[in-house]
Parts: sequence; structure tokens; C-alpha cells
Amino acid sequence: MPTVDRLRRYVLESFLFTTDESALDNDDSFLDKGIIDSTGILELVTFLEQEFGIQIADEELLPENLDSIDRLVNFIHRKQS
Amino acid sequence: MVAELTPRGPDGTGYYSAAGIGLGHARLSIIDLEGGGQPIHNEDRTVWTVFNGEIFNYVELRRDLERRGHRFYTHSDTEVIVHLYDEYGDDFPGRMNGQFAIALWDTRRRRLLLVRDRPGILPLYFSRQDNRLLFASEVKGLLPAMSNRPELNFAALDQLMTFWAPTSPASLFSGVEEVSPAEMVIVEAGQVRRRRYWEWDFATDRDYLTGSTESLAEELSELLLDATRLRLRADVPVGAYLSGGLDSSGIAALVRHLGHPDLHTFSIGFEDPGLDEREHQVRISKYLDTRHASVLCRHGDIAAIFPQVIRRTEAPILRTAPAPMAILSALVRRHDYKVVLTGEGADEVFGGYDLFKEAKIRQFWARQPESMRRPMLLRRLYPYLDLNQRGGQAYLKRFFGQGLDQPDSPGFSHLPRWITTGKTREFLSSDLRASLPNDPVEGLIATLPESFGTWHPFNRAQYLEAKTLMAGYLLNSQGDRMLMANSVEGRFPFLDHRVIEFANRLHPRHKMRVLNEKYLLKRALAKYLPAETIARFKQPYRAPDIAAFFGSGASPPDYVTECLSVRSLHETGYFDPQRVQHLLRKIEHGRVIGFKDNMAFLAVLSTQLWHRIFIDRQDIPVGQITTSDASNSYS
Repeated sequence: MPTVDRLRRYVLESFLFTTDESALDNDDSFLDKGIIDSTGILELVTFLEQEFGIQIADEELLPENLDSIDRLVNFIHRKQS
Repeated sequence: MVAELTPRGPDGTGYYSAAGIGLGHARLSIIDLEGGGQPIHNEDRTVWTVFNGEIFNYVELRRDLERRGHRFYTHSDTEVIVHLYDEYGDDFPGRMNGQFAIALWDTRRRRLLLVRDRPGILPLYFSRQDNRLLFASEVKGLLPAMSNRPELNFAALDQLMTFWAPTSPASLFSGVEEVSPAEMVIVEAGQVRRRRYWEWDFATDRDYLTGSTESLAEELSELLLDATRLRLRADVPVGAYLSGGLDSSGIAALVRHLGHPDLHTFSIGFEDPGLDEREHQVRISKYLDTRHASVLCRHGDIAAIFPQVIRRTEAPILRTAPAPMAILSALVRRHDYKVVLTGEGADEVFGGYDLFKEAKIRQFWARQPESMRRPMLLRRLYPYLDLNQRGGQAYLKRFFGQGLDQPDSPGFSHLPRWITTGKTREFLSSDLRASLPNDPVEGLIATLPESFGTWHPFNRAQYLEAKTLMAGYLLNSQGDRMLMANSVEGRFPFLDHRVIEFANRLHPRHKMRVLNEKYLLKRALAKYLPAETIARFKQPYRAPDIAAFFGSGASPPDYVTECLSVRSLHETGYFDPQRVQHLLRKIEHGRVIGFKDNMAFLAVLSTQLWHRIFIDRQDIPVGQITTSDASNSYS
């Protein structure tokens, strides 16, 4: 499954508790939309590390890297390349 | 009606009926064991009362009333109520130092008064039914006499899923209201009026208490000693809870200082070392030379008794924390005690919670919103949050920066908590959400007193905490209901109204010095406690939540599966079945579960249980508790 779809399914099911694809646009900000809270960010990081086999450093915990599906896709591709 | 209240009063019942009135009482006998049965009347039987609670200053009140010519026929504290009413009319509650839910019937004026203590320690509800008014300490006492089947009060559930409790006077049952804390409800000539007789009022720059820290600490120490002394009045033994923290240790130390012999202390422990405080409990018990008993609460115990807990709370709960408190009160009862002192209230009255620190830091930060350093102070607050240990500064800033552009808004201190808790409402069904009248936060703000805006931001936060979480949840669902589940009375010296009034006149710098919480209280208790207890990092009381039901890969109890099934969720219609199923799958997959998920799971489960117990009137079997006591004597 393409990265973007894996990420979308995870965020939809784990944070929005739905399979309704229209509930999330790829450029929706997780923070502005209240999708992820202070413990949710840990869930997200744990998922990314396990699912994509990457290690995320503390200084990479930035909204620029993690705050939307689009940003996550770019971040993961950068980490994997 | 009275039979439903048996756990609150297992020692006897009493009734009075006359044209237009019926009073019933279930008694937990503590003062004047032989002669204190209720209802109780005045000299000429024109004023009658039933009440739950204690009037701690009844000795002094009686002396004064006898001097004024009143004659008493019992030795109970109850009797002062009818004479106080005769002497002082509707101003009588202000004379009493105590915790009480009172019904008083004046046969001459044919009026009923329902009165509740100042902080809201004892519950009291009523319901208007055509031309009748029913009242009882718990809603379950009203249900047998209500003409209509009760329904869930959607607005109250919406409030609970924001503030952890409904906003007074709402209850979870449509058509049932509570008597608010510090309120008198007057029922007369077919009319129902509410009258407040006391308020959490705070000083301002003009009238803060003056004096050195030493003199204020000394004054507080004397006040706490007296509040504790009054709360030792009983014709049965009085024990104490010991959590291992400052507040309960302080109360136990004051009891010892007052010369109370052979103090018995009680505490609870957990399997999870992150929640367990037994080491500290034993240490302070040895220091204070108390007879100590503790009980270990295992994860499965919480799940086993959870339906019974909801039957007692009569309201959904967002954490399991009340359940271990029921296990603790059962321990007290097994040791033949029915009265305990606790440290409840100190965090609200003297500013102990992290929320107060968080609000202070956010205020400091709001003055320079672009500062990168100011929000970093938040990292000192939540050392148990992995996020802080991992860094994530940008996120910390975003989560706690909510409302930063409005530092003077009334709800500033509580906004992050209310927003986080309010996320649970996303699980409500679309039908229920569509029927909700208004935003709970706006509704609460509209009820704040006029003087609220003149108070220091720290005091505003204290007020909100006392009015929402403390009165509605801590004293009720986690307090009175869990104590009374096993016929145990809790007494709370920190909630003596003189202590509250003293604290409310302190400048906030005496409560929190930089980020050192309960500063003056620590100074006042320093001479009674070991330095390590005074200096110990504050550990919030918590219990396992989702882990209590799904721990160690075990299957949850049948009632969990049943209550959360798509069929059950459709039947009640309160929650979105699809969202709940996704949450369950997330739990079963063992993914990291955050605050929001824990609260949402418990909100759904407890509301579904509430419906089964109170609307469908189903019995849910209580599971086996595997708790084991450990009693130790260090004397």
C-alpha cells in the first residue's frame, strides 16, 4: 500500500475513529484541527518508527515534519532516502 | 425511597408524615448512638428535620441555644438544626460548621427548606412532579416515586464530558436537579426558590491578609488544628486515610498532635509502581506511630466492581479513580470503622494542582507570546509525560498555547483541560450532538459571579476548580459516593469554611511561591511532618484506566463487550457505534493509548452502564475482587 494510504488509514482510524475518507484532507493541519493532542504525538511517532522502520530524533519533532499527511509523506521519504 | 438509601444509613430508619409532608431517614449512627434517631423536632413539634452529615460545632451551638432558652431532648448534633432555625430563621445555615444535606419542615408556615453544606460534601437532589416535590440524598431514592421513567439529560452529559461533572444544579437525570453547594432551596406556597447563603469569595489587592509568612503560617496551623479537633467529635472511633502525600499526612499528624490515642490509618496500593505509594504510606505511618492497614488494588478488581461503582456514582466517570476509593472504604469498614478524616480539599483551597502552575506559566508566557524560553517552564510540570523527555518543544508550545491571546478571558486557566476533555464529545452520536443547546463552557462562564473579573487569575482558577471538578466529581463521584458505598463517613478538615475563608484572603504568592505549590500550607505543617514529606514531589492520585479492563492481554469482562456492542450502542443512541468500534480495535491492537482515548473509553462504557442500571433497571453481576489486606502495627 502506498505510504500516503497507509498514513491516511492510520490517522483516520486511530485519531478520527472513522473510515470516512472525506473526514481528512492531505493538507489538513493535525494541530489546527485538533486531531492530535500531547499524547497523540507520541502515538504518531511510535507508529512511524514501527511501521516505516525509521528513527525520529527529538529535534525532528516539529510541526513542519509531522503536522499533515502531506508533510508526513515528505518527511518519511526524506528519512528513507 | 428510604430503602434505596440503605448503604448511606444502615443503622436504622425513621419517618414523619403529616398533611402535605413526608420525611424519611436512613441513619448511619455516629453521634448519640442511642438517642439520635431522626426525624427530630423542636420543643413544640412545629419544626421537623431529617439530615445527613455532621454539625461539628454542635456543642458550642447547643450551649448558646440553651442560654437563649431552647430545650433539647437528645444529645445529637441534629437537634441544633431545628432550634437554630427557630432562633435565626433562614440565616441558620451560616451558623453551622459542618457537612450537611438538610430537609427542614416548618409546620406553621408550611414550608420546606433543603440545605446543602458550603463546599458540596453531601449530595442532595429534588424533582418536581406535578404538584409534588420529591427529595433525597441520591437520585435512586427519588426514582421509585417518580411518575415518569427518567431519561438521560443530554446537556448534563455534554457538561460532564467537558468538566468531568455536570454543572450544578443539573444532574444526569432529566427532571432531577441538585441543591447546589452553599444553597438553600425554599419550597413554599407552590413555589420553589433558590437562595445562596455562602460563596467562595476571594480578596483583592485592597483586602488581602497582611502579616509575615511566619505569622500567617502560625495562624493557619492553629486553624487547621481546630478544624481537625472539631472533626474528631464522634461516639465511634475516627480513623484517617493516608495516601503518602502532604495533605493526608498533615491531617494524620494534626490528629496525633491533638493527642488522639491509637490512630488507625488506611491506604491503598497499586500493582503499577508508577501509581503505587505504599512505601511512602508505610514510612509516614511509622513516623506518626499509627496502626496502619492497606489494601492492594489489582487491575481486575477495578473492572470487577465497575458496574457497582456506576450504580453508586449515578453518573458516568471519565477515569476509574473512584473504584479504588470504594475498595479503600470497604477496608475501613472491615476494620469496624465508619468515620475517616482525609486530606481532600487542600489542593483546591491552597493551590496544589499542576493546573494552577500551568495557568501561572501560561499567564507569564502570554505577556511575551513570542518567547521561546517562557513555555519551556511547562517542561518542569509534567515530568511523567514522555513528550517532554523527548523534546517536542514546538508541540508543547502548541498544546498549551491555546487561548494565549486572551489571558484575561474567564476560562483561561482551564482551557487546555476543557479542550482536551471536550474531545471525548466527538464520540457522541450525531443525533445527540444536534440536540445540544449550547456550548458548556459558555454556559459555565455565564454563571460566574460578578466579582470574578476582579480576582487575581490564580484565584479565578481556584474558583473554577472548586465549582466544577471538586464539587461535581471529587467530593461526589470519587468522594461521598465511594465512602457511602460501604457506609463510611469522610471528614475533611481542609474544607472547614473558616479554612477556606482564610485561604481565600491570602495573596496568591502565599499559595504558590514561584512554582512551589501549597507554600503556606507546607510552612504551617512543617513542624508536624518529616522534611522529606514536605519536600516530596507531588504525585497525583491516579488509577489504571483502559488497562484495568484490557490489561495483560486478558479479555474484558462480559459486560464491557455487551455494553460496547454495536447493538447496545444503537439501542441507547448516545454514541457513534462506528467510532466506538474503531476505538476498541485500537485498544485491542495495543497501540499507545493517550488521555483522550482513556477518557473517551470510560465515558462511553460508564454512560452505557448508567443506562442499563438506571433506565433499563438491569442488574449487572458484580465480579470477584481479589484484593488482599495487609495490616501492620507499628506501635
